[in-house]
Order: sequence, then structure tokens, then C-alpha cells
Amino acid sequence: MAKHAKSADKPRSHTWEALKLLQRLQELRNLPAFPDGYSDEIKRIQERLHLLRRRGTGPAAWEVVQLARHQDRPQTLDYIVHMLPDFIELSGDRMRGDDAAIVGGLGTLGSRRIVLVGHQKGHTLEERQERSFGMARPEGYRKAMRLARLAEKFRLPLVTLVDTGGAYPGKDAEEGGQAGAIATSIMTFTGLKIPTVTVVIGEGGSGGALALAVCDRVLMLENSIYSVISPEGCAALLWRDSAEGPKAAEALHLIAIDLFELGLVDGVIPEPTGGAHTNHRATAKRVMRQVQLAISELERLDPEERLRLRHEKYLRMGRYATDSR
Amino acid sequence: MAKYVTVQVTRREPPAAPVEATGPQCKKCRHLLQDGELEQNLHICPHCDYHYPMPAHARVALLADAGSASFIADELRPTDPLEFFDLRPYPERYSEAQRETGLTEAMLAALCTVSGRPAALGVMDFRFMGGSMGSVLGERFYRLAQAAVADRRALIVVASSGGARMQEGLFSLMQMAKTVTSARMVAEAGLPYVTILTHPTTGGVFASFSTVADIIIAEPGAVMQFAGSRIIEQTTREKLPPDFGSSEKQLAHGQIDMVVHRLELKDRLTRCLDFLGGGDGGGQAR
Repeated sequence: MAKHAKSADKPRSHTWEALKLLQRLQELRNLPAFPDGYSDEIKRIQERLHLLRRRGTGPAAWEVVQLARHQDRPQTLDYIVHMLPDFIELSGDRMRGDDAAIVGGLGTLGSRRIVLVGHQKGHTLEERQERSFGMARPEGYRKAMRLARLAEKFRLPLVTLVDTGGAYPGKDAEEGGQAGAIATSIMTFTGLKIPTVTVVIGEGGSGGALALAVCDRVLMLENSIYSVISPEGCAALLWRDSAEGPKAAEALHLIAIDLFELGLVDGVIPEPTGGAHTNHRATAKRVMRQVQLAISELERLDPEERLRLRHEKYLRMGRYATDSR
Repeated sequence: MAKYVTVQVTRREPPAAPVEATGPQCKKCRHLLQDGELEQNLHICPHCDYHYPMPAHARVALLADAGSASFIADELRPTDPLEFFDLRPYPERYSEAQRETGLTEAMLAALCTVSGRPAALGVMDFRFMGGSMGSVLGERFYRLAQAAVADRRALIVVASSGGARMQEGLFSLMQMAKTVTSARMVAEAGLPYVTILTHPTTGGVFASFSTVADIIIAEPGAVMQFAGSRIIEQTTREKLPPDFGSSEKQLAHGQIDMVVHRLELKDRLTRCLDFLGGGDGGGQAR
């Protein structure tokens, strides 16, 4: 991943080292036949990771939450500027409206035509209000589904960018079938025969994020988060005090590197020093490189195989014990 | 970051009958209830028809033909992948739920017949950690779908949930994707999938397998919401009507197919399965 990073935008070293170790670990685990010689290496890697973790070299989860929500962090439209120079925006769900919390359209990524869909939170207060802070209504998820079907029809790879606190909590949204729209979006994504890649670029908030994120490859930017509930929401419910957000953030393991280690996401994209908000162009370049790499890998598989692997991946998700009695 | 204003919302039912009794009362109509009266009446108040949440085993007994149910994936147990610790460790919370309910998780998975039609039946129990969806539930759902496809059974799932199992973090969110992918397997095999949404069906359960069924049935008065009322009122400053998200409202808004009284549930389910093929050979004689 981003092996030829220039020294100017060198990623922070602790994450970098941990990431490289984790990637090697995953490579070794994925070897078809497991040669004995590698068990020493796995052990060495695990010990080193443990050491890095114990020294507390990683950032506190709460700091990452702040970075992930940073107002100047690049958003979908910023990536479009740097990644898709010929972008044509497409609008509307063809049923009821156009939700500005989700944007999408056609563009050329490198030499490849793609469909891109992503949440757009907005940078200024005015834009944020207009886009409901990236919290989509059913119209937004239906627009995403419509664009996914368009990609499928014309066999264009689908790239989604995730950046939302969650689905919009409103009376109209609920009555308009928010739950059904999210569920149907997930169902739509599980059936696409085209290559699909998602990048969590900021906040991956709950069902509103998952509605765009059930893809062949799920990548996360280094300082993005992905969680079943906001840390504040979790704290309010479990600690009965939303001010305990920092504790909840740690407990939820919502930062990219933790989720990668848990096998819940497929890769982490390091950010420029200081975070993505300090350099949109450099961040977009890294995202672009990793997305292109992922699509290239996926294009080598035939569609049926790709679909089978996607299903297998999601059907394997979860950790449980077996009572042998 | 959004700053929230805490709004105190009191939702107390006005007492309809004079409250003087010391014995159990219906929480809806305040009518006195005799010991065991609810249990004998399918957990429905005999006075006001309020449908109480039903323990999972009672629900299986209601829907499955007598003696036909065999439980699958019963050996699966929750585990603590994140070593989650809030005010109490997660294992302490699920062990307590296991002791109090006699269940191993928030969903039972059974292979059975429903009026003679082969079925794979999943039944959630709200008493188990608020019917929250964790990894065990996702895996049981998947095993039900596999069994449905393998023996050509209809998939029937009774939902009742407060949402995701927060203590399992993103593993919990991924169960939405896992259950929907499982439902896709059933759909691709051309088999019927029916969900029965009971009070309450909310959050990630409502926004995943509950709403991708061929037919969605709800019980009277059940509340279905994706976002919680408090969050909606805080975010939008909208005042929600008291019946917001109710089965009857969901029906009016086109989100579900029908509202069916618990006494008629099995019969209605059977008739639906007959049209869709009940698992064994499709709706038309082929």
C-alpha cells in the first residue's frame, strides 16, 4: 500500500509500522497451504504488534473521532475534484426527490470509467444544513441504488465513499421507509456483478454507512472511523452519560487499524502527516491509487467468482463460541 | 460536532381505570389481570387486546406444528471479541440474560412444519438483551437460510429487537449484511421468505432482514422505527404523534403488507405460504 510515498507526506510511523505488520500477517494467513516455516514469522509479527500496542503508540480513539469529523477533511466532492476530472453528476431517485446528502455520477478514474457514489457532509454551515450533514433520507439510498444499477447495466466498476454520522433521523424519513431503503440498498449491493470498492473517508456511522458499504473491498482512511453506533450514542445508552464518548470510542474499536486487525475491513490507507485535512490532493492521490489497485485485482476475477467471494466474506462475518456439551 | 439539547419527554398513559389494585395490571388498559391470564391468552390482554412481547418458545409453539420443531445452531454462544467493558463486562451481561431467560441468545432457530409446510423458523426474544443483534443471531439466521435452501423450506422470521448489540461493535453492524446476504440465498433459490414484525422492531434489525422479505406481516400496535423517537425529536425538534411508527401507520405508509392479530397469525401465514409455495415446489403445480 502506497509504498512509494514521498518523504513530504510520509505517514505517521507507528501506524505505518503496525499497518505493514498487519498486512504481512494477513498475507500469511491467506496462503492457500500453510507452510510451517511461516509460523515463526507470524509469532514475531504478533509479538511486535503487541509491543506497539502496549507502548500506546497509537492515537487515542477519541482523537481519531475528532479527525474523522474534521470540518476541513476532504469529502466526496473534494475527491471528485482530484480523482475524476471529467465527472458528470447524476441526480434524483426517480421516485420522490434528490437527496443532497448523497452525491454520485460518472467519471474516469485513471483510464477507467466508473460510477462513484458518496456521502457529502458539506464544509460550511450553509452547505452542511443543505446536505443534512451527510445524513441521507430514503431518497438518498434510493439514488445510490439507482446509480448502482446503472453501473451494473453498463458494467462499470462502482466506487463508494462513506462519510456519514448515520441515516437522517426524521419523521418524514421514517415514514418514507428509511429502514426498508437501507435494507434494500444492502440487498442491491450484495447482488451486483461488477467490481465494487468502498472507502470510508471520514465517519462510517451505522446503517447509514453500511447502506453504501457492502462491497468486494472495504478500505478505510487511517483517521476514519466505522462503528455500529456513535460513541456519544453508545455512551448515553451504556454509561448513561453521553460525555463518556471517549471511553465508548475506545471500547467500540472503531478506528481503522483496529478494524483491519479484527478482519472487518480489507485495508487501511495512510494519510499525510497531520491528517487528511492538511492535504486534500495528497490524500486523494493515495485513495485513488488504492482504489485502482483494488479494482484491478477484482477485474481479474470472473463476475460469478467475485460475487461468490463477496457473499462468502459477509456470511463469514461474526465471532461466536460453540458449546460442545 | 452537534450539540444536543436534552428534551425530557414524558410518555405516561393516563390511567383509564382507577388504580387501586396491588395485583398485576395490564400496562395499557390498567385492567386487573389474574395470575397466568396473559400466558393463557397468548400474551394478549383479554380486556384491551394489547399484544405483549411473547417469549420465543411460546412463539415457536404458536407457529410450529406440535412436536415438529427441532432447534438448530443451538450450540452457538456469544463471545466477547472486543473485550467490551462499559459499566459491566459484556460476558457478565449476556450470562445474566442467559440465566434470566433460559435462552442462549436473542434468537431461536428451528426447523419445523407450519400447518404441514416445511419451514425454517427464526424467533427473536426481546427479553434477551433487548433482542439485540449480535454474531450468534447472524450465524443462526445464516444456518436457517442454508437449511431452507437445502431442504426447500420457507424462511419465516419473527423479529423483536432494540437494534444492534453494541458490545460487539462493528461485528454487530456486519450482521445486517450477513442476514441480508442470507435472505438473498433464499430468494435466489425461489423460496418464500416471510417476516413477522412484533413490538418493538427497531434499528439495525428493522433496517436489514426484517424489511427485505417477500411478505411483511406486523402484529397490531407494534412499533417499528429505525431511529429512536428521542433522537428524532432532538435532531429535528419535531413532535412525534403517539402512534408514530405503529403497525397501522406503517401499513398506511406502504411499508408493510398487513397487520394480523396474533390469534389469526398462523392461519394467515399458512395461506401466504400456500400462494408462495410453502417451500415444496412453488406456487403453481409445476
